[in-house]
Amino acid sequence: MPDVTGERLLCGWGRAGATRALLVSPRDGGEIASLFSRSDFSRSGRGGMIARGLGRSYGDAAQCAGGTVVDTTAHLTGIGEVGPSGEVEVGAGTSLDELVRQTLHKGWFLPVTPGTRHVTVGGAFAADVHGKNHHVEGSFARHTTAITLSTPEGEHRVSAADDPELFWATAGGMGLTGIVTSASIRMLPVETDRMLVDTDRFSGLDAVMAAMEEGDERHRYSVAWVDCSRSGRAVLTRGDHARLDDLPPGARRPFREHPVRPLLRAPGHVPNGLINRVSIAALNEVWYRRAPAHREAELQSLWHFFYPLDAVADWNRLYGASGFLQYQFAVPLKRGDVVALAIRELSRQRVPSSLAVLKRFGPASPGPLSFPMPGWTLALDVPIGAEEVAQCLDRLDDAVGGAGGRVYLAKDSRLRPDLVPIMYPRLAELHEVRRRVDPGGVLRSDLSRRLGLD
Amino acid sequence: MLDAFGQPQSAVVLGGSSDLAGAIVDALARRRCKTVVLAGRDEDRLASAARAAKTAGAERVVGVRFDALDVADAVRAVDESFDAAGAVDLVLLAVGVLSAERDELDPARTAEVVTATYCWPAVALTRVAARLQEQGYGRIVVLSSVAAVRVRRQNFVYASAKAGLDDFSIGLSEALRTSGVVVQVVRPGRVPTKMTAGLPKAPLSATPEAVAEAVMAGLESRAQVVWVPASARWALLLARFVPQWLWRRIPG
Repeated sequence: MPDVTGERLLCGWGRAGATRALLVSPRDGGEIASLFSRSDFSRSGRGGMIARGLGRSYGDAAQCAGGTVVDTTAHLTGIGEVGPSGEVEVGAGTSLDELVRQTLHKGWFLPVTPGTRHVTVGGAFAADVHGKNHHVEGSFARHTTAITLSTPEGEHRVSAADDPELFWATAGGMGLTGIVTSASIRMLPVETDRMLVDTDRFSGLDAVMAAMEEGDERHRYSVAWVDCSRSGRAVLTRGDHARLDDLPPGARRPFREHPVRPLLRAPGHVPNGLINRVSIAALNEVWYRRAPAHREAELQSLWHFFYPLDAVADWNRLYGASGFLQYQFAVPLKRGDVVALAIRELSRQRVPSSLAVLKRFGPASPGPLSFPMPGWTLALDVPIGAEEVAQCLDRLDDAVGGAGGRVYLAKDSRLRPDLVPIMYPRLAELHEVRRRVDPGGVLRSDLSRRLGLD
Repeated sequence: MLDAFGQPQSAVVLGGSSDLAGAIVDALARRRCKTVVLAGRDEDRLASAARAAKTAGAERVVGVRFDALDVADAVRAVDESFDAAGAVDLVLLAVGVLSAERDELDPARTAEVVTATYCWPAVALTRVAARLQEQGYGRIVVLSSVAAVRVRRQNFVYASAKAGLDDFSIGLSEALRTSGVVVQVVRPGRVPTKMTAGLPKAPLSATPEAVAEAVMAGLESRAQVVWVPASARWALLLARFVPQWLWRRIPG
């Protein structure tokens, strides 16, 4: 039988809405099968089961109140040899951090990375995460050649060619089609661990959006940080991997040691309200002033470029005990007005929102629940406890849904359930696959119950 | 399920026909709450509360009958309410009987007030706690009163029972700290309701709508104690230290 850690109170990265579940750590697919075969996992009965990695989903995606949560990080780990074309088999519970550490000095980097490297490979696939290169490279699943998936109906090796329905329903399917135990990922060859970065400052949202439409294609990576408190002034950073001959002649070591520990750690107890309008406005001001009006081809460490927030461990605690949420939505390219509306509304509500991240997405992946769609995406942190925010976000949801856009389920903790089929019109394809691989409805999470996905 | 703002999708309301409960259910149903179980004594009042809940946006409203004087029946009432709701995100306890000066030397009336305001709720909450722990999550909101913080001569029978319930709920909240179940105590000032009709308007009074708004904010903050109005917190902190000879002279 799998290791049973015991009953645990689990919450998402936003630290709101913790629920209690039995936490287990199976060693392999066989042990997961024995969990699935337990009789108390009926749809009506107590229970349900969902996989959990490093708990970086902001909301309730990796929780299962009163049921069983499968921790993949204890045993379902490991990194194989990187093949000549970059393919590597990785355990689902392995973190992207570990994967980068093991492979970067050999000249390989993640094909797609989110803003933190402390997520697991299984979670990255199940949320079909995206990074700053989505406009050219698409989302995580596009670079995953196959997965091993444990379902109540047995273990499957699934690739997009053999079983496209199951593969793509699992990419972005938030764990509702099974538990990914390992994945084969095609890594990206890089010559150095540094980036060549262009930085530009813009006084308004329109200007930065125009610059992104015009120039994103020239860079592999592009993202803008927008100050919501000041009518959308923004800093756009775009970059590419530095080649060996981009390095200064005296310092051509392609790969350097990277410190394992984060620079800072947030204290264990932080009062509510530390992150407020004043402190946020001050931070945003510093951030904007620090950025150059225009700078080209600056050499930056890859770690700094991709993972600025990972320098502060447990930064989510800074929001205090009430916690916070992240609101991220995507709208079609022509509906940039919804991005402007969101920034206007949230600044009018005087939400003490830190910087919002604005990104232009490229083509969508075939996953029915995969979040990215061609267009714009905006993500911002919102502390819980600010007045009227809930209603404000509800109104924004309507605008997003009405524009043919959607809210990111991996970050969600408050969406109105009736908007899910509007935002994800191919939801029926997930249900179709679930009827095949999970006819008993064992796989469910707090998220799936809240949004009626199961 | 509860969302990040603590808003429930399903609620069980014990004492579902009270004015305060009505205002809170209205606010909940306008947000996310689609399933409401209203448990109470008076069938007609439950029916009109159910109509109001539907108007506010609830899709499924179920009535459950109980009598708060029948302590032995409390477990049945809770179980029936839970079974009717399916998963229960929020339990609102709004049960109680106000006492008046004319009642205070009447043993039978004292028994009624204490039973309905303390005994039945305490037994019911014990069962609610067990059911929610089984679910692995849930929210309990107990309507207490500022009167429970420092008992006054005018309604001491009721206030003492509320004081007992208030302390019971705080204790329950501590006992459930790591269970995923959050217990919150709401202490409104005097609310002009059918219970207080005819009494003069008191300081620190709160309308049912103000209580509902404070409960919504409390669901979000997960505060153990919610004061309505918020200033009551400081007034009552002061009141704890007022000597009795002065306390009895303060009007209201």
